[in-house]
Amino acid sequence: MAKSRSSTGRTFAAHAILITWTVIALFPVFVTVINSFKSRRAIFADPLALPWPEHFDLVGYTTVLKQGDFFGYFQNSMIVTVVSLFFVLLFGAMAAFALSEYRFKGNTLLGLYLALGIMIPIRLGTVAILQIMVAGGLVNTLTALILVYTAQGLPLAVFILSEFMKTVSDDLKNAGRIDGLSEYAIFFTLVLPLVRPAMATVAVFTMIPIWNDLWFPLILAPAEEVKTITLGSQIFIGQFVTNWNAVLAALSLAILPVLVLYLIFSRQLIRGITAGAVK
Amino acid sequence: MGALDLKSVTKSFGTTEVIKGVNLEVAEGEFCVFVGPSGCGKSTLLRIIAGLEDASGGDILLDGKRVNDVAPAKRELAMVFQSYALYPHLTVRDNMGLALKQAGVAKAEILKATDKAAGMLSLERLLDRRPAELSGGQRQRVAIGRAIVRTPKLFLFDEPLSNLDAALRVATRIEIARLHRDLGATMIYVTHDQVEAMTLADKIVVLRDGRVEQVGSPMRLYNDPDNTFVAGFIGSPQMNFLKSAALGQMGETTGIRPEHLNIRHGGPISGTISHVEKLGGETLVYVRTEPHGLLTVRLFGEHDYGVDSTVQLDIEPSRAFHFDADGKRLR
Ligand SMILES: Nc1ncnc2c1ncn2[C@@H]1O[C@H](COP(=O)(O)OP(=O)(O)O)[C@@H](O)[C@H]1O
Ligand SMILES: [Mg+2]
Repeated sequence: MAKSRSSTGRTFAAHAILITWTVIALFPVFVTVINSFKSRRAIFADPLALPWPEHFDLVGYTTVLKQGDFFGYFQNSMIVTVVSLFFVLLFGAMAAFALSEYRFKGNTLLGLYLALGIMIPIRLGTVAILQIMVAGGLVNTLTALILVYTAQGLPLAVFILSEFMKTVSDDLKNAGRIDGLSEYAIFFTLVLPLVRPAMATVAVFTMIPIWNDLWFPLILAPAEEVKTITLGSQIFIGQFVTNWNAVLAALSLAILPVLVLYLIFSRQLIRGITAGAVK
Repeated sequence: MGALDLKSVTKSFGTTEVIKGVNLEVAEGEFCVFVGPSGCGKSTLLRIIAGLEDASGGDILLDGKRVNDVAPAKRELAMVFQSYALYPHLTVRDNMGLALKQAGVAKAEILKATDKAAGMLSLERLLDRRPAELSGGQRQRVAIGRAIVRTPKLFLFDEPLSNLDAALRVATRIEIARLHRDLGATMIYVTHDQVEAMTLADKIVVLRDGRVEQVGSPMRLYNDPDNTFVAGFIGSPQMNFLKSAALGQMGETTGIRPEHLNIRHGGPISGTISHVEKLGGETLVYVRTEPHGLLTVRLFGEHDYGVDSTVQLDIEPSRAFHFDADGKRLR
């Protein structure tokens, strides 16, 4: 009896902690979303009040949709994020497979070198990157951003995926070799599906910094037609006046696509995080 | 078709030598079993034969042709793995047919071949399932079916039964023996279980530490072992090793199998019974003796002996083996 009561108590404590944490984590999102539906006066009068019914106002959204090419920014962000993510996962997985599967001289050293980028922020190289992009005529193109983000995401991807690929059964790969599958077929049809949870983990950790980044769009692609949504939203933040309705509306809209991508990956992600724990 | 010849094959991983010069001939249609303790290099040797590892030295000949540089898929062999290694995303039929599909065989042919293999292994009702929906025994049969479908010259098995429970292991063992008779193909079978080795093999290769200790038929190894390692490894329960000097026998060590050690009043070795195992058909009596240590006596039928009682043992001198200080057999 005593034992079961103490375990109920523990469950309760655990849930209390988790719920508190969830509330704290979601609070800024919640405040952003409710205030995006309010008039400017209502935002400042009572920031925590719900927009329904008397304060309800869509002025923020109408401003956002009228000013600037908001859908264009959206599209740019989407292209940059999805294409970078694709390359990070593809090249990261291929490098990880080579490092974990084949024995060759300098294997460990190469692995360390590829993972080094986790510790060195890519922004330290901004000036050099800008020079390269200028020399290559890539300034103000989405290609410039995709290249930089691919480079930025690869170290973590290689690091995490190569650990996971070591766990894929050697027998399975060898069975494929005996049955005449090429190394590419083994990689794409046998190994990749088995490391899907790890791929999802890498995808989420890679995607969010790219979507949120302001630095590289500002430096490498500030032109109107290649602006990302994060950069595009900055027009509402002025030195003297900030259009809070518009900023909050833009932020609320910007949450949506990441949320969708996250939901797609999250089922896999949870399996990835707990994979080692349950086995 | 399917004769294998290994000529001083060696293999090193970095600086550690795992296979230390193996010479071996396996004739066409022979069932050859590699036995040895865990970590002695059985799987490594099998992977070298399959082409999954490169040999560091020596030659591998299949039907007289050197195949060191031939890709695994081109060696016309099939392998069954301990972990089954079925493709998780393919159905049983596609698992079995993949090799033929890769080789560019026509669809109708593949269908015929998989149907035939499924018939031999009673897998007909499982053809559309995926590996995750099968039990361990069924998975192992699919893995064997995948090997059969290719009609290889040479079958390689790497401890195929060690993940199965005891009853299933016996049934699958019999099935593999039947397949060998029906197909007449050369088979190389790795196991650390000497019962599997004894029951299946035409020829047993005993490996230790990357070296071949002895090659021969099961009964040859049982009745005529070359050294203490082979004598101790083949046969269950294990052979007893006694001090020759205390018995007035030649050599350093005298080996006697448990069935050739008898309990006889007035026998030359006396000791106390430390444990008795009754198995119905036979009774194993463990006797602690000075200076030979714990000896096993195997008696047929049921016998009653009290633990801690004193008994005398007698050996059948004609069935004793004599070994020198290095464990080499003295004949
Ligand atoms: N890829 C490898 N790299 C390094 N050492 C290995 C590798 N594969 C096997 N070994 C070593 O070779 C020895 C023999 O292994 P293995 O052939 O698997 O033994 P067995 O199948 O007889 O149990 C072991 O000591 C093992 O640690
Ligand atoms: Mg092994």
